[in-house]
Parts: sequence; structure tokens; C-alpha cells
Amino acid sequence: MTKANSGPGVRTAFNKLKERAEAHERELKQNRSLILVGAATCGRAAGALDVVEAFREEIRKRDLDCPVIEVGCMGHCYAEPIVIISKPGNPPIAYGHVNPVIAERLINEYIMGDNPCPEFVLAALEPSDILPSFQDFPRAAYEKKIILKNCGRIDPTNIDEYIVVGGYSALARSLEKSPQEIIDEIRAAGLRGRGGAGYPTGQKWQTCRDAEGTPKYIICNADEGDPGAFVDRAILESDPHSVIEGMIIGGYAVGASHGYIYVRAEYPLAVKRLQTALEQAKELKLTGKNIFGGEFSFDIEVFQGSGAFVCGEETALIASLEGEAGMPTPRPPYPAARGLFDKPTVVNNVKTLAYVRHIINNGAEWFRETGTKESPGTAVFSLAGKIVNTGMVEVPMGTSLRNIIFDAGSGIPGGKRFKAVQIGGPSGGCLPEAALDTGVDFDSLQSAGAIMGSGGMVVCDEDDCMVEMARYFLEFTQRESCGKCTFCRLGTKQMLEILTEFTFGQGKLKDLETLETLAQQVKAGSLCSLGRTAPNPILTTLRYFRDEYIEHITMGRCPALMCMHLIAYYILPDKCERSCDACVGSCTVEAISPNKKRIKVIDQEKCVKCGTCLAACPPQYNAIVKLSPPSEVPEQNVKIKNQISKTKK
Amino acid sequence: MGAEKQTNSTDERAQNIEATRQLLGGYKREKANLIPVLQKVQGKLGYLPREAMMEIAGYFDIAPIDVYGVVTFYNQFRLNPPGKHSVRVCLGTACHMKGGYITLDAWKRRLKIDARQTTPDREFDLDTVACVGCCAMAPVTVVDNKPEGKVEPTRVDGILLGLGYDHITKDQEKVDESK
Repeated sequence: MTKANSGPGVRTAFNKLKERAEAHERELKQNRSLILVGAATCGRAAGALDVVEAFREEIRKRDLDCPVIEVGCMGHCYAEPIVIISKPGNPPIAYGHVNPVIAERLINEYIMGDNPCPEFVLAALEPSDILPSFQDFPRAAYEKKIILKNCGRIDPTNIDEYIVVGGYSALARSLEKSPQEIIDEIRAAGLRGRGGAGYPTGQKWQTCRDAEGTPKYIICNADEGDPGAFVDRAILESDPHSVIEGMIIGGYAVGASHGYIYVRAEYPLAVKRLQTALEQAKELKLTGKNIFGGEFSFDIEVFQGSGAFVCGEETALIASLEGEAGMPTPRPPYPAARGLFDKPTVVNNVKTLAYVRHIINNGAEWFRETGTKESPGTAVFSLAGKIVNTGMVEVPMGTSLRNIIFDAGSGIPGGKRFKAVQIGGPSGGCLPEAALDTGVDFDSLQSAGAIMGSGGMVVCDEDDCMVEMARYFLEFTQRESCGKCTFCRLGTKQMLEILTEFTFGQGKLKDLETLETLAQQVKAGSLCSLGRTAPNPILTTLRYFRDEYIEHITMGRCPALMCMHLIAYYILPDKCERSCDACVGSCTVEAISPNKKRIKVIDQEKCVKCGTCLAACPPQYNAIVKLSPPSEVPEQNVKIKNQISKTKK
Repeated sequence: MGAEKQTNSTDERAQNIEATRQLLGGYKREKANLIPVLQKVQGKLGYLPREAMMEIAGYFDIAPIDVYGVVTFYNQFRLNPPGKHSVRVCLGTACHMKGGYITLDAWKRRLKIDARQTTPDREFDLDTVACVGCCAMAPVTVVDNKPEGKVEPTRVDGILLGLGYDHITKDQEKVDESK
């Protein structure tokens, strides 16, 4: 199997496949209106399935010929549920925040009439005279979609749609080449692993190809455990075949016969989409024995993780696949030399594999045109937290954080001030405003103290406390530490205790030094990147936001008014409107009642600090404020002190 | 997790063992199948009772402690029976920043249980989840496997009402108090 795998046969087989898919698609789409509903997990959380049902019901009632298709995520999660309607003669139009009522109107007025209902339009997908298009959005100037291109545009449960937009052509092309040629191409492209570490993919493949031992394995790491990152999920739910195709090509290149996709159990829809996609691929003989009638055979199986963050680490993932508790083992030997069942194994991230087909189709040169010299290609980030356009964005490597957050993401909502951006989840760091002009690529983020990680970007505004943020991540890593290395097991616990004390307004300044020392020791004394990167959130917040720590310790005050034990809600008597009872009704624990003058007063002892009253107080009164430290509350000092000592245990 | 020790009746045990045996039939006796088997059994029974774990250990010819070790290592597996409705509060970064911990407090208050517990009437179980990946809809609570976006304390009551449990929401408490 050194040279090509019976060339002409592959081509004919692929052409046949493509013709068949195109015929199916023509039949489906000819002269018909099509309704695409974004029904990935993010869309579903916003009620997409009700919208699908509403469309189908209306269509049934009126006996229309108009398919409703559940697609994946376009990346504009802030506007979910999103619906795209393509009507012959018009550009496809995307609608945002659709609900069943709007669905009914769209059927009545656009599908049956010719009013595109501009009031609900998000944007047209192609430039046109009548409506603004996505190309007019400020983010369009920075975005360059490679692996997200098909997400939300094609039906993830229909392999034909994938084939029509060019799917599996890279596989056909690859099988006409020798495995070494493919590895050379990936190496020349400089593709780096998108799982976080940025190891050159071509190099990894070469090591595995050269390693002795059969069978070889390729594993797709879809154990996207970083809270705040959801790109892998979106790709698997929206365009699963792109990952499968990358895997088959990878399998051919390294000489593997079997592949596993290791998906988090928390992603049930991604698992379902993958299983459907794999069945279809198998049916069309794109996996299994003698792919395209050639000599290469390759199987793929989905393996569901069971909820352990550490399994995102490749050696722990392999242990988990072998039926063990997911504990990492020392490297070397690297899995590429000795991995699953002690055989050479490549472990690649979802996004890495999704790039493969584009590189094979367009060439290494094309890939290198985007991004920076050391980090070619694009970076995909999920934007979450205090940002207007939550969702996903794909930009060339090297784009500055400022462009991503303020241009692609449209900045901070509610006129609040930007404070920090957290990149890379629990292993990453919080970068302040001064670092906003950093271009995002593997190396520059690392030197700023964060990491690329799996692409989670969580934006914090002035209301977010950096001490609490560090505590939150430590709580996470401490809980998820597998317990193998002493420093990771006990060190993280110790650090968590110190940070928790800070958020209670306790602790001493000396603790800051202890924290720093411990952080260095945990970094040095841990085997895998969970422990080695766990102190990052602490180190970066200490580096950039030390003042905030000091304020917590010395004044018992949380400047961001976030730490629950350091704040109190208070109703300003001169602002409270006597005739209004909004806060009283909203309080979840009956802690607010009017006094004799009908001014509302919070019973601090009952208050659970959920903030519901603050949201309920009408903006024209704006009478409720948060105070820190809680002793700032005028009349009830004594009671509050009691409460604090109670909660502290 | 200080849940009270629950022992199953002989009948229940026999049923659990029978169900486990049926599910085991399709699997090769390789340890690599252990986690898929555990997932399957939990999918069927809702949790992993002691007798099922013993049965599985016997099937793979490994020590029961090794099964128990794997079960307790992973967050997904549970040792106590689930409630009729499952409530899982997302505590991912984005949800945390938008008050996921406050939402969790609200659920605890209404259901009167702690995370990873089941209400005594087995109507609800409450759990947390690291991140369900719909950070854009934060704070998220997954109720009966359906992710609900923007769940703040007031929506906790709304969801309970929607499920027909109006008696545990705030309004009822008020009625009770006035009596």
C-alpha cells in the first residue's frame, strides 16, 4: 500500500456518488421554498424545536409543498432561533429570534405572499438590493470561514447535501495519492493541532506512520470539556461529515484501520448526528471495507465519554477507551508511537480534522495565505459571557483580540466597561484591556499568560470579579483533578481554600505569596496539562488584577460587587416609589416588604442575594443598589454581621 | 454525597440483575466494553445499583472494586435512583458569570435538596453539569434533557409550574403561610 490505491476506480466511484447526490438535491430543491431552522443545541435551548413544529403545522394546514429542515448552528447564537428561508428568485434570508407566532406570519406573508417581513430579518445571506446582508455586518471584514462555512447551511443528517457542496472530494483525491504525499501536504500547510497545544499535525501523523506495530488507530478528540467552549459541539452537530472525512483521510495517511470519535456524554445531539452521519457514510461505502472500491479499509466508531474533564488529555482519553478510569500516563512514549492498546495512535481535535479536507482540496499554499507564518489558517472562537454577539467566530490567526471582541462580537452589552477576556477555559488566563491588541495565535497568547485552548473566549465586564473568576476555575480543576499527582490533587485544594477565604473577605496579604509559590509548584509537579495549567487563571489574575485581591483582603470589599458574601442589596428610600410593588412580587424568598411609609425594605437576614429585585425594579426608579462591604447598609448593620458569621460556618 | 443508604427489595434486585444480563449479552468480554456497558445499563435502569455492578464485574471477570472505581471516577454515573424529572444546572464559565450559582441556589431552595440528590418522593433529582455548550443562552438549566436558556430564579418557578408542580413554588408557600 505504498503507492496510490487504484486511481481511476476511485474517481469513477466518486463521480457516481456525486451525480447521485446532485440528482437527489435537485429533486428536493427544485422550484420550492425551503425553510432551514437552526436546531443545534444552542438553537434548541432558545426554542427552535417549537419553531420547527409551528412551521410544519402551518404547512400541513395549508397543504404547502415546502420542506422544513433542521440544520446546525451558523454561529450567530445571540439571535437564536434562526431560520433561513430560501424562496426561488430571492436571496436566502435569515430571520432571528423566531418564535411560533413569527413562524406563522412568515408562512402567511412570505411563503404564500411576497412580503419578506423585514422587521424580523437578521440579514440576507447574499448581497441584494432589498435587504442588508451578512456581508454588510462589521464582523464580515474580519471573518474568514473555512471550517464553519457549511455550519447552519446544510442538513447535517443528509449526506447528499454535504457531497453536493464538495464533500468527500478530498477523500477521493487523497486515495489517488500515496499516504506520504498527504502527510507532506499537511506538513507543508503547517497545520497545528487545534486542541490547544498547537503541535504540528503533519509531524504527529509522520511519527505514527513511521512507528512499528499494527493495527494503528486514529482518535478524534471531541471531549470538549472546557466550560465556555462549544465550537467542537457546533461543528459535530452542524457538519459532522467534515470531521469524518478528515478522519478517513488521516487514517489513510497514517495507515490506521480503525478510528474512534470520543465525544462527551454531555453532547447527546452531537452523538446522534455523528451516528447518523456514520451510518450514511457506511451505506455509501465511504467507510468500511475497500473504500471507493480501492484497497483501503477503515472503520469509525463513536465512543461516549462519561463526564471527566481530564479525559480531554490524550493519554487519559486512551485509558478511558480501554475501559479504565481516565488517568493520564507519562509521555513519552507519545500515543503516536504507543497509544491505544499499546499500538501507534493519532489523537486529533475535531477542528484539526475538519481542516484536513480543505487543505487536500486547495493545497498547502492556499492554507498558508491565511493567518501568520507560525500559525497558518484560521482560529475559531466561541464568544460567550458579557458580549453582544454571543456565538462563534472564525478569523485568520493573528487577528487582534480587540477586533474579535469589539468588531466581530460588537462589544459589551448595556454600555458596561470591558474588564478582561478569559481565553482557554480553566487552563487559560484572564487578559486585561492592555492586552487587547495581542494578535491571537498559539505563541502570542502563551506569552501573554493565556493559551489558545479549545477556543473558548469568555468576556468579563466591570461587574465580574477577578478573584471570584479565579476561584471558580480552581474549583473546577480541583474537582476534576484525577488525583494521580500529589501537587495537582492537594495543591489545587489548598489554593482553592485560600481563594475561597478571599471571596469571604478573609485571608491575609501573606496568602498572596503562598498562592504564587503553590501555583509554581503545582505547575512543576503535575504530569498532564490539567495540573500544569490549572494555576494559570490565578497567575494571570494576580499579574493583571492584583489590586482587586488586595481590596478583598484588606477592606472586605468586592469592587465588582459580585462576591455574594461581600455584598448586600439595599433599597434607596428616597428613590423607592411608594405605589410600586415590583420588587416585592419578584423576590423569590419573600424578603422584601413595605414599611409604614410604603417604602420597600429588604430583610437582610432573609435575602439570598439572587438579584431578582434589582432586575425587577423599574428603570425609572432604579432604587435598588448593591453595596460592598455589606456593613455599608445603613439601618441593619447588626443583622448583616450575624448573617455573615452564619454563612461562613 | 451524604444520601441515605438505599437498599432495594429482593424483587427489585432480581429485576435489575435480569435487565443487566440481557444488556450484557451483546458485548464481547473485553474490558474496553466496560464503559459502554455501564452507560447502557444506566440508560436502562436510570442508575447503577450494587447488584448490577456485581453482575457486570462477573461478566468481565474483574474485581467488583474495579467496576466501582470506574463508576465513581466519572461524573456521569450515579449510584442512587433518579427522580421522575431530572434538573441539571449548568455551571460553565458563561453560566457562572451570568449567575448560574444563583439559579442552582433557587433550585435547591424549591426542591429542598442539595446537588446530586433526589427528592424523597423521587419526583426530581438535582445535579450540576460542567458545560452543555450553549453558553450563548446562559444561564442554562437542562430539564428532562431539554436545555432551557436564561433560567433565572423567577424562571425556576415558571418551569416548575409548567411541569405541574405549582405546589412547591413560591405562591403556594405564601398560601401556606397565611393559613
